[in-house]
Amino acid sequence: MTNGLRPDLAIIANNVATGSRVLDIGCGDGALMAELRDRKQVDARGLEIDPANVSLAVRRGLSVVQGDADADLSHYPDDAFDYAILSQTLQTTRAPDRVLDELLRIGRHAFVSFPNFAYWKVRWALMWGGRMPVTAALPVSWYETENIHQLTVDDFRAFVAERGVTVENAWFLSGNARPISPAAANLRAEHAVFLLRR
Amino acid sequence: MSDDQRFGLARSITLPGPLRLDSGAQLGPIDISYETYGTPADDGSNAVLICHALTGDQFVASTHPRTGKPGWWPRMVGPGKPIDPERHFIICANVLGGCMGSTGPGSIDPATGEPYAMRFPVITIRDMVRAQAMLLDHLQIATLAAVIGGSMGGMQVLEWAATYPERVRSAVIIAAAARHSAQNIAFHEVGRQAIMADPSWRNGAYYADNVVPSAGLAVARMAAHITYLSEAGLTEKFGRRLQARPENPYGAKSFGFDADFQVESYLRHQGISFVDRFDANSYLYITRAMDYFDLAEEHGGLLANAFAGSPTRFCLVSFDSDWLYPTSETREIVHALNAAGAAVSFVELSSPFGHDAFLLDVPELNRVVDGFLRAVV
Repeated sequence: MTNGLRPDLAIIANNVATGSRVLDIGCGDGALMAELRDRKQVDARGLEIDPANVSLAVRRGLSVVQGDADADLSHYPDDAFDYAILSQTLQTTRAPDRVLDELLRIGRHAFVSFPNFAYWKVRWALMWGGRMPVTAALPVSWYETENIHQLTVDDFRAFVAERGVTVENAWFLSGNARPISPAAANLRAEHAVFLLRR
Repeated sequence: MSDDQRFGLARSITLPGPLRLDSGAQLGPIDISYETYGTPADDGSNAVLICHALTGDQFVASTHPRTGKPGWWPRMVGPGKPIDPERHFIICANVLGGCMGSTGPGSIDPATGEPYAMRFPVITIRDMVRAQAMLLDHLQIATLAAVIGGSMGGMQVLEWAATYPERVRSAVIIAAAARHSAQNIAFHEVGRQAIMADPSWRNGAYYADNVVPSAGLAVARMAAHITYLSEAGLTEKFGRRLQARPENPYGAKSFGFDADFQVESYLRHQGISFVDRFDANSYLYITRAMDYFDLAEEHGGLLANAFAGSPTRFCLVSFDSDWLYPTSETREIVHALNAAGAAVSFVELSSPFGHDAFLLDVPELNRVVDGFLRAVV
């Protein structure tokens, strides 16, 4: 079905409408875009900061531009896409609030996925180890992480509520990709995926 | 191989024209010298047009008749390369205004029976592309699987996509810009003034006695060549090292104006070898065409207008050490293509070679172009 896609990407792939137009921001090597193109006839475009990843994606026949979510989204017109996707990237941007505004300007819907910093293993590491957590979802030390704006599920819920953004759907995953209920998500989910609308 | 006489090496065709130029002048008949490699598919789906740079020519993948050197893009074109005569029908033509057989200032003006020289009309990048389109009509190539070029070749590719979008299925633009900057124009003006200051130039009328402005053209080439290299590349290649001499293998300062430094010797060699294969007036006309190039200006001042509704897939590549057409220029094009909703890929590759990287050994460039072409051809 989803050809070994990362679990948050598999959720997004399953919930994008067939034949839609998609901008995948932080598309990596284009795994999700290729899946959407091949399985759902999606017209997918990508933005990726790492040139090696851009090369890999271009070699898959995908249209991917080397660029930066903070700097390059302003050049896309309003309503250019049915979905703007930001997977595992929000926490790496300099201005997550402005990036979210741009997502919902460019896309009629937006998927946002991120690692939950309130996941119990993260809390455990900080509380009992007294050190910045290194987990499957947060795999590198504090000094080399790209995650400069860590957030929790509850942070994100408050953030979109303050901005008047509609949450159309949300999915929460444990460390081994099992679904977690919304009520338990802030403690027990390692990953969160939100589908938003202006 | 096809036995069609239109296809093959060292071809030339005279097209009746006239071609109406951007300047308003009419030009015709027009000679176009070109080469093709490979065989056109029955459905014409495998044609790839290669556009050459300022001092390039049609000998992209065969021996140059004057220098005896191999084709100018061996890393990109050939068996097993991204552009492969086994798979593609490859066309490369000398640009209008050039000096390798296509009509240019050194060609005979049919009205006078003399070389055009400075009576040749000023041409533009779009005029070059229109002439190429006439060649494709002659070859009965309706659409191109890809148009590809670096530097001025990339400018032609942009112009192809803007002028004939329905004929271009994909476009590869390497180390180029959508307009010439003040700095680009300034360097070209230095080169032109060097040519015009050479007493042998004589307002361009030097063809009759073959006493050509080689000193001026060599200086123009030397100045331009610096812009094709990076500061780091020059430092690595030459540093402050001195030129070896018969009496001293490590070289020595002459306390005179010989080419003491290796970089001086290298540049002088670049200048001298260039004049053997290039016409000074062609250099004037082609640099002028590049300076006049501003794709946005041709489309109401907004670059995105040049690509509105474009069906073409674009792939753009820049190099981090290229200060002649820096990445920021390519990004302008990418942003315009995004604004127009076009399918675009872009990557900035790392290379120490400066602008010349597009001609040199950058394996990642080959991988990107190969992947892009395989996806669309």
